[in-house]
Amino acid sequence: MIQSQDVFRVFQEHRGDAIVIPTGTSGRHWREFSTNENRDLNMGGAMGQTTSAALGLALGLPDEKVVLFDSEGALLMNLGILATIAGKQPENFCHILLDNECYATTGGQPVPNAQDINYAGMAKESGYTSAYSFDDLEEFATNVEQIMRETGPVFVAIKVVPEIENEPIGMRVRVPTRSRAETIRDLQTELGIGAD
Amino acid sequence: MVQEQAAVLSPEALVEEFQKNGVTHVVTIPDSETNYLYELMKEEPWLDIVPASREGETFGVALGLLVAGKTPVVLIQNTGMMESGDSIRGMVLDAGFPLVMVVGYRGWNRHGVITDSAATYTEPFLNAFRINYYLVEQDADSTRITTAFEEARATKRPVAILVGDEYHGFNR
Repeated sequence: MIQSQDVFRVFQEHRGDAIVIPTGTSGRHWREFSTNENRDLNMGGAMGQTTSAALGLALGLPDEKVVLFDSEGALLMNLGILATIAGKQPENFCHILLDNECYATTGGQPVPNAQDINYAGMAKESGYTSAYSFDDLEEFATNVEQIMRETGPVFVAIKVVPEIENEPIGMRVRVPTRSRAETIRDLQTELGIGAD
Repeated sequence: MVQEQAAVLSPEALVEEFQKNGVTHVVTIPDSETNYLYELMKEEPWLDIVPASREGETFGVALGLLVAGKTPVVLIQNTGMMESGDSIRGMVLDAGFPLVMVVGYRGWNRHGVITDSAATYTEPFLNAFRINYYLVEQDADSTRITTAFEEARATKRPVAILVGDEYHGFNR
């Protein structure tokens, strides 16, 4: 398993101008490494629907690279999205799954069949143009540049170390985040999209 | 005695309203009742259809399109709308974007004897989410679709179009 911070550190070097949507407990580390917050997007959450929102963004901005850092708990809530994404074949979409094998925010209970699911296999068989699995940082670092150049939709599953939280929610240390409205406003300004 | 409906909402009228209101994408789950509408929409060069696997997805996809500056509509059945409760909350109501959702009103009829619970709970569901809605049954009602778009834009909230008797006449 890889520390999610290491995934982000390596990815940032190859990000280019991509719009990045981080999710999940692992995703909160992205802000420590991002050098272009105007292109970082918080799409909120609704039982796995951030993946759907990322697809919508990719379809609406076909000239922009869109990278989603998803989590396996969210994806399992909405597995049909793999077929939905594959059906539209967004060439600009890179779907990276940070798989910590558990529900980290609720105490680390394993997701169903946590260690034996082949997420990349499911994505590939759903119709993604390519799919990869990584459990080793060096291997990910070697391949990420080429992955970012590939025609999408591309799927990348990465095993990451869980950061389990057991404190009562009110006692947890809050990681500073930008609100959804703030990130949307900044992205739209960056891209010259008029607010409706 | 069989009571016939005097007029129906034609797919052409619906598509015309979409064009009039600048719709760019229809995020939908096709069903047998709307097959002709689906075929008609596919022929329109200004319209992109996004078929979803489950209705909850449609609201997430719509949010992404709205952030990108597009004008999507969600086209689903009332059963799927009820399945989508948390998506409507998290992806639409909390996000503050205008969205028209066109919802097939399965089980509804004019004479008021409702035997399908899908219809029984449709309006209470919308009321619980404080989503305003307009009933559209026939072409003469289609201006209500533009009213829904105007209201959605003015309030930056979702507005529903309930298609009464669920698209009878849409299969040809």
